[in-house]
Amino acid sequence: MWRQSRWDEGIVPLKKGIRGLSPLIPYEHEFEDVDVDGAIPRELKRDELRIPSYSELDVVRHYVRLSQESYGVNTGPVPLGSCTMKYNPKVADIVVHEEIEQLHPDLPEEYVQGLLEILWELEQWLKEITGMDRCTFQVPAGAAGELAGVLMIKQYHALRGEKRDEIIVPDSAHGTNPASAAMAGFRVVTVPTANDGNVDMDALRSAVSEKTAGIMLTNPNTLGLFEERIEEIARLIHDVGGLLYYDGANLNGILGIARPGDMGFDIVHLNLHKTFASPHGGGGPGGAALCVKKELEELLPRPLLVKKGNHYYWDYTCSRCIGSIRVYYGNIPAIIRTYLYILSLGPQGLREVGEISVLNTNYLVKRLVSSGYYDLPYGTRPRKHEAVLSAARIRRDTGVTAEDIAKALIDRGLHAPTIYFPLIVEEALMIELTETETLYEIEQYAEALIEIARKAYENPEELKKMPLNTTVRRLDLARANHPKRLVLSTKYLMKEVMEKG
Amino acid sequence: MPHPWIPNSAPEIKERMMKELGIESIDELFSDIPAKYKLNRLLNVGLGRPLSEYEVKKVFKEKLGKIAKLDNAPFLGGEYCVHYVPEVVKLVLRRDEFYTAYTPYQPEINQGILQALFEYQSLMAELYGVEVVNASMYDGSTALAEAIRMALRITRRRKIVISRGIGPLKLDVIRTWLRGLDVEISEVSLSQEDGTTSYESLEDLVDSRTAAVVISNPTFYGSIERRVDDIAGLVHSRGALFIVFSDPISLGVLKAPGDYGADIVVGEGQPLGLGVYYGGFTLGILGTRREMRFVRQLPGRLVGLAPTIGGGDRGFALVLQTREQHIRRERATSNITTNSALTAIAAAAYVMYMGGEGIRRLSRSILARTVYFLGKVRAELKGKALPLFARASYFKQVPVAFPGHDYNEVFKKLLEHGIVGGTPLGRYDSSFNNVGLFCFTEMHSRSLIDDLVRVLKEVLG
Repeated sequence: MWRQSRWDEGIVPLKKGIRGLSPLIPYEHEFEDVDVDGAIPRELKRDELRIPSYSELDVVRHYVRLSQESYGVNTGPVPLGSCTMKYNPKVADIVVHEEIEQLHPDLPEEYVQGLLEILWELEQWLKEITGMDRCTFQVPAGAAGELAGVLMIKQYHALRGEKRDEIIVPDSAHGTNPASAAMAGFRVVTVPTANDGNVDMDALRSAVSEKTAGIMLTNPNTLGLFEERIEEIARLIHDVGGLLYYDGANLNGILGIARPGDMGFDIVHLNLHKTFASPHGGGGPGGAALCVKKELEELLPRPLLVKKGNHYYWDYTCSRCIGSIRVYYGNIPAIIRTYLYILSLGPQGLREVGEISVLNTNYLVKRLVSSGYYDLPYGTRPRKHEAVLSAARIRRDTGVTAEDIAKALIDRGLHAPTIYFPLIVEEALMIELTETETLYEIEQYAEALIEIARKAYENPEELKKMPLNTTVRRLDLARANHPKRLVLSTKYLMKEVMEKG
Repeated sequence: MPHPWIPNSAPEIKERMMKELGIESIDELFSDIPAKYKLNRLLNVGLGRPLSEYEVKKVFKEKLGKIAKLDNAPFLGGEYCVHYVPEVVKLVLRRDEFYTAYTPYQPEINQGILQALFEYQSLMAELYGVEVVNASMYDGSTALAEAIRMALRITRRRKIVISRGIGPLKLDVIRTWLRGLDVEISEVSLSQEDGTTSYESLEDLVDSRTAAVVISNPTFYGSIERRVDDIAGLVHSRGALFIVFSDPISLGVLKAPGDYGADIVVGEGQPLGLGVYYGGFTLGILGTRREMRFVRQLPGRLVGLAPTIGGGDRGFALVLQTREQHIRRERATSNITTNSALTAIAAAAYVMYMGGEGIRRLSRSILARTVYFLGKVRAELKGKALPLFARASYFKQVPVAFPGHDYNEVFKKLLEHGIVGGTPLGRYDSSFNNVGLFCFTEMHSRSLIDDLVRVLKEVLG
């Protein structure tokens, strides 16, 4: 039976340290005779830094132990919907490499031609994969790509002398879409989803107007369904002069099979840490690319990479661009990992990613729906990268919620799916296995969900107590979030300790 | 073609699964994609075929062959400088349970990551002199842009006063991130004399419409601000917020911004053992005071202590998620989702490895190198080169002006001698065509700095 490690590691910096220890500082002795006394204005001198010192072995053990209390794809399946938690190939770990670790962004371009060549070649591949004309890697993650994208939409209309202040977003969209549109100062117009899981076309028609700046869509959508009427949607938006933004979070299910560029999208972001197997890092850093059609190239954040003969260099000229979205050129390790991933799989492998991720999804759906416990809202059309099942019936019959099911899964050493999203599905379980899980793992996962459902009818109270096998038992989030009980750093604790004497 | 990263591509398995689904071909799963959008050909990517691990490494090696191997640490500065990356930090980066995990949405199974992030929040709070630091932003520049947006929301005002000490790169990013909003941005110059933000200009510019005053200490140009207490007093007396950007490694010798009145603190975590990676493996540090009106407007993830239900045990969990996009959508504090958790954990590991003592020693040693270089410039390059701000105190970075020279030419000549000099500032501001921004860290030995000054003397003639 699975049991997760539990070490009761003390919390740094409260964890007791050893006074007087410090790693050796390179060449420190060579500068000991330099007088630094007057080098800092008196009022700016620091007098204390309350961080203890530890032995090197203490540090190593601390993090090895904390890692053992953590769970990632290399521990077991993490089928979080819309997160595309696929295997991060080991070969790509060579990016943690001394030779690129110290490359400074201001090095002359001729010193880093090999790296620029990787960026250039990868850009060509991503253009081909998306059906777009130009890409930049400057955007640090998907949401930043969205912000850059909607700022480009804003700029596009401004340059045409038009003031359009509405962005259309379906109610099934990722939360980042409306959040990004709002950050750029747009008003968000939400359109509902029709019974077949597509955008409600009547609602869309009445939402579209000369105020429409654009629409943000992910296709396949968050229900895992392909927007069948994408051609009509593109025509509707383009006819009123708006632009189409493609949220690439869900690209995995059509990789190598269909391309957003062909469907009429004008701007596309890709999440390198989803579709292209760069790791999520427990939350980041991720990596992203922002790709556009030719007409929008001049609006892209600067600098852009240019190839002249066999030489690569950065072009900083910006007359109509939106500026830069972060400093320098992008998350280089994630970009290189993507390069190595595509190189490894080749065209055949990439298509296989799209096909098998979809095969896996539908196989799991079949297993769960035929169990009779879980429902599949929005029709029986084949799902793509992910599927959203509903545990609403289980909840009504037994009181066991999607959250209880999630806790019962982690109690078995299986990570839970995304729950309660998309908001349009009651007691949602949003599951994305990806193509990297074996049939055996998929069977195990389905079995676990079915067994949990069975248990819900037999002994719901038992599920409410879960998890028991994880590092800690179920946490009380209401208390953790209570403003009076909130503890956001050890500084809160020190204060309490001091107040109590 | 079957591939080991795609196990169910094995023909036997694939067929079994298809049979279970009652389909004859995989295409049936894509029947809802209109025919006109189906690619019906293979993508033209990679080398046209899958590559073995050995072949992939060969390609990577060939690219590495086209990257210069530097014998000596470069003196390039600006937003990033070279710093040593301890092996312990790499151990953390390579732990599978950390790097292959997602954001810890299920806290009970990811206590390790959550504790590591809580420790990161705590260590940064200590360094910056605040009580709250979020669980990371993308990088220093975007963290600063978000800090400003946060101040706009808290104060409901529409004007920002920014010191040019922030530097041209972050200023450009801030302008981009404020594009969507109707915000007035006033820039304040640095004093030619000592490289500090002009207090007099601040007095003129900061008014009752001002949401925040933004300074960097040390500045992008390495100069240390002086009248920080006066600035804080002025800013607060006009109802605005004080935002301070600081290099975390400077905080071993410099007073913490929170201790001189900063309401929001910001930093780039790169100096904390993260490497440079051509500007790309970064960490945005963003923190604030313990008041709920600030905390509620803080973007990004926050880890808090959480008791188990019924008490008896402590754990950690993401808290205050109702600020975030997946719940609040267009009313969220920010769209940020993916952040820099792994580099945040690595930075925390770096600080734990160094300890307070180590951070102080490193900081002092970097200061000593800065002072050493300044002394050499003044003594040996007299009349040929001089610090841009004659009477500034500097930390880590020193802008050096070479009157009568195009610094790009000087930079090229240094390269010919195997030395990568300071960043040419002319690329950001043509009035700085004769200025190079030199950075000094633990990777620069005394003889390396001596060589730099000797070669500079030679090439300046």
